Amino acid sequence: MPHIDLDENLPGIRALLAFSPETAKPLGELTELLLRSNEGLSPAEREMIATHVSYLNDCFYCHQSHGAIVSCYLNGDNETVNAVKRDYQAAPVSEKLKSLLTIAGKVQQSGKAVLAEDIEHAKEQGATDRDIHDTVLIAAAFCLFNRYVDGLATIAPEDLSTYPLRARQIVEKGYGNHIFLNPQPTK
Amino acid sequence: MAWIDFGNDLPGIRGPMVYRPETGAILNELAEILLHDENNTLSRGDREMIGAYVSSENDCFFCHNVHGAMAQHYYQADMPFIDSIKKDFQSADIPEKLKALLAIAGSVQKGGKYVTSDQIEKARTLGATDREIHDTVLIAAAFCMFNRYVDGLNTWAPADRQVYVDRAAMRAREGYSQAGLLK
Repeated sequence: MPHIDLDENLPGIRALLAFSPETAKPLGELTELLLRSNEGLSPAEREMIATHVSYLNDCFYCHQSHGAIVSCYLNGDNETVNAVKRDYQAAPVSEKLKSLLTIAGKVQQSGKAVLAEDIEHAKEQGATDRDIHDTVLIAAAFCLFNRYVDGLATIAPEDLSTYPLRARQIVEKGYGNHIFLNPQPTK
Repeated sequence: MAWIDFGNDLPGIRGPMVYRPETGAILNELAEILLHDENNTLSRGDREMIGAYVSSENDCFFCHNVHGAMAQHYYQADMPFIDSIKKDFQSADIPEKLKALLAIAGSVQKGGKYVTSDQIEKARTLGATDREIHDTVLIAAAFCMFNRYVDGLNTWAPADRQVYVDRAAMRAREGYSQAGLLK
């Protein structure tokens, strides 16, 4: 049960965004900018970084939600989603993205865990300053979102078939207040 | 030296915020609502103290000094008092309700799942509302982002702690607006 009184029809962070629409606005805008930009990194790659960090933070709602969004971008390739969570070195993704996932995993532990050699390696794989910036901020932002979701004990649907429905909604319409103001997708 | 070229030599979070102003503006808006907005039953001092405490636990020198100095300004206290809260808030001379909220914030710093029903109950018994518990968790979570952004990009921070104290009155007056970043 959530620690505070939330709308029980809304899962995970959606209930928190509805509870606090003032903060929902910047949080939604930040997510839209970081995860839907196509500059340097694709939306699918950005969602992979979010999924990996959420998995490391053991946030069930977030890693299922963003994993489902990755799957949606990859036309249902759940094997890649699972590899990105558990063993990204074995995932069929670019060496550049692997080096960025390494940085994201360090950020999940602590900002100070990122080493000069991690950055150097990413640059050798073709990562730009902008890619590194966005990777660090996406990873850091999910250290916020994961703690927000679990710190208030929000509801994570156990029925995994509901996640692809919400994922498609995000892929089609993006992040923003519609995810808690409109009825939740049922098919 | 920062891991990437910000095109400016601003300290701490201001470097990457100016480097990428689109996200910088949003992060500042979030900080403004959480820490500076007057429409909140938690005082500005208490909200800054929660941010400073989490930053101290995350060992983020820039952030715990900036926000510790802000709390110091609002509380009209001195640095040893703020340091005593960062180091051991349970023994510090602060209200029990704030201690209960700092305990929740400290759990959030470790991970969302560390927050216990007992901690929430305790805060509630001492008068904390749902809104205040929500804001405490979100401020703590937000600093787990800000701290990682600052240290994950290896930004620089002034070593002299008085520098942060000297800037606090201006920040309190102007808030966390994008325009204030370059000052």
